[in-house]
Amino acid sequence: MRFPSAIPAPSTSIPCYSAPVSATVTSLKVAAPRHAALVRVTHWLTVIAFFALLITGAEIVISHPRFYWGETGNVNMQPLFSLHIPSSRDTVPTGYGYVMPDQNGWSRALHFQAAWVAVLTGLVYFIASLVNGHFRKNLVPAPPDRSWNAFRAVIARYFRRAPPNAAEAHSYNVLQRISYLGVIFVLFPLVILTGLALSPAFNAAFPIVVDAFGGRQSARTLHFFISLFLVLFLLVHVTMIFLAGFTIRMRAIITGRAPLPPERP
Amino acid sequence: MKTISPDISTGKAPGISRRKLITTGLAATAGVGGLSVAARLAQRFGLIPPDHGALGLCGPGETMNYAVQRLLTPHSLAREFPRSMISKSPFANPVASPSDQFKHLQAGGFADWRLTVDGLVAHPTSFSLADLKTLPLRSQVTEVVCEEGWSYVAEWIGTPLQEVLNHVGVLPQARYVAYFSIEPDWWDSLDLTDAFHPQTLLAHGMNDGDLPVGFGGPLRMRIPRQLGYKSVKYVTRLTVTDSMKRYGKGLGSTSPEGGYSWYAGI
Repeated sequence: MRFPSAIPAPSTSIPCYSAPVSATVTSLKVAAPRHAALVRVTHWLTVIAFFALLITGAEIVISHPRFYWGETGNVNMQPLFSLHIPSSRDTVPTGYGYVMPDQNGWSRALHFQAAWVAVLTGLVYFIASLVNGHFRKNLVPAPPDRSWNAFRAVIARYFRRAPPNAAEAHSYNVLQRISYLGVIFVLFPLVILTGLALSPAFNAAFPIVVDAFGGRQSARTLHFFISLFLVLFLLVHVTMIFLAGFTIRMRAIITGRAPLPPERP
Repeated sequence: MKTISPDISTGKAPGISRRKLITTGLAATAGVGGLSVAARLAQRFGLIPPDHGALGLCGPGETMNYAVQRLLTPHSLAREFPRSMISKSPFANPVASPSDQFKHLQAGGFADWRLTVDGLVAHPTSFSLADLKTLPLRSQVTEVVCEEGWSYVAEWIGTPLQEVLNHVGVLPQARYVAYFSIEPDWWDSLDLTDAFHPQTLLAHGMNDGDLPVGFGGPLRMRIPRQLGYKSVKYVTRLTVTDSMKRYGKGLGSTSPEGGYSWYAGI
């Protein structure tokens, strides 16, 4: 038993202490380290930067809600697809009889400012996590988990809505690890590079990046879709936090401590 | 002999130890000193854009973009494309109806169009379009990139701004080149890095013909390393200056008044 003394003996007056012990109750008594300070600080800086980038990015898209493939694209050319929303420019044919207010000025300034916060935060996180072994210890799946069976077992548990097991309360399962690694090593680098490929000065200095994406308009379209993938990740991430216990998970990413799970019989 | 207080002698200070206090103090002083030295160096080497501070809380990002790019990649060349990539259907943002002055010059086939160059130059000069075409010309196939997201590729034929500047002789204290449209309240400015950049053109031709009026003809600025809004149309005047403080609201152009950064290389 991990918590014999701290918790009062089961009694009829406090029925919830008897049956499977609720994690919210034990958390008040027994909490173990969960997230390192570096992870918590960089997580919340990324949250702030991400929301700034998302809102301002949406504002910028509104000024030209058409997407193209290749190097060039404008209203005289056939788009790959268009968003069926009004535009903040009267030069864009949208089918709507009105023009949205132009918010590009502050949106652009904040977008690039937030991009600096996100990139510098990511850089600190990346270097520190390489040095202190956070990637190796907490994110790369442990050898026994590197199999389809382990992967399928976790997915099956999610579908059964099974509560997190002892290991999962204090570590990530293989599905979480793959998701986080995908966000950190695939989506974030891609969203940064496709964003940089929209800067004329960056493209002058490093033309290989925009050319690798197939041209400027391809990079813009990819930037949009990668952002959508990041939003999808965010939605799943927040949903899982609610399913896993909002209070406990939020406390863990703010204070760094999480309750030890009850031992199962 | 001075008595040493017990908490120091045991090395167990109740709150903050003296060592910690001293190192924190030194670090804070070094930090503040370092920042002020950095700010002074940045100003000295032209890493602070003229609209720094105008964008409020969002301003540092633009200053970072500008400073990093000026430090690391000041002389990179914008991508040039094969002629086969010239857009068959370019787009230009419509311009408000031209002024009477413009219409008058247009009626004369722009024969009387002048570009006056003044300010911190050895020989203030007024060029006709024909004069500009006697200077070495440059043709380049580059992309016009609008901040809204759209773009097109065109061939631009023009007189490099550096040829004009070398012709009039820029004085050593110069730092910016301001350029003005014939249309009111339409002007912008470049630092000398972009003003002397070989691809910065005073363009008078497009896709093998004269530059159409819709695209800024008879004379527009083209700066392929920056967004389209820096490429002011219908240019009639250049001023070489050591400071943008005296122009408009002192922000280097009118763009920052609407939140758009002066430096548009992003």
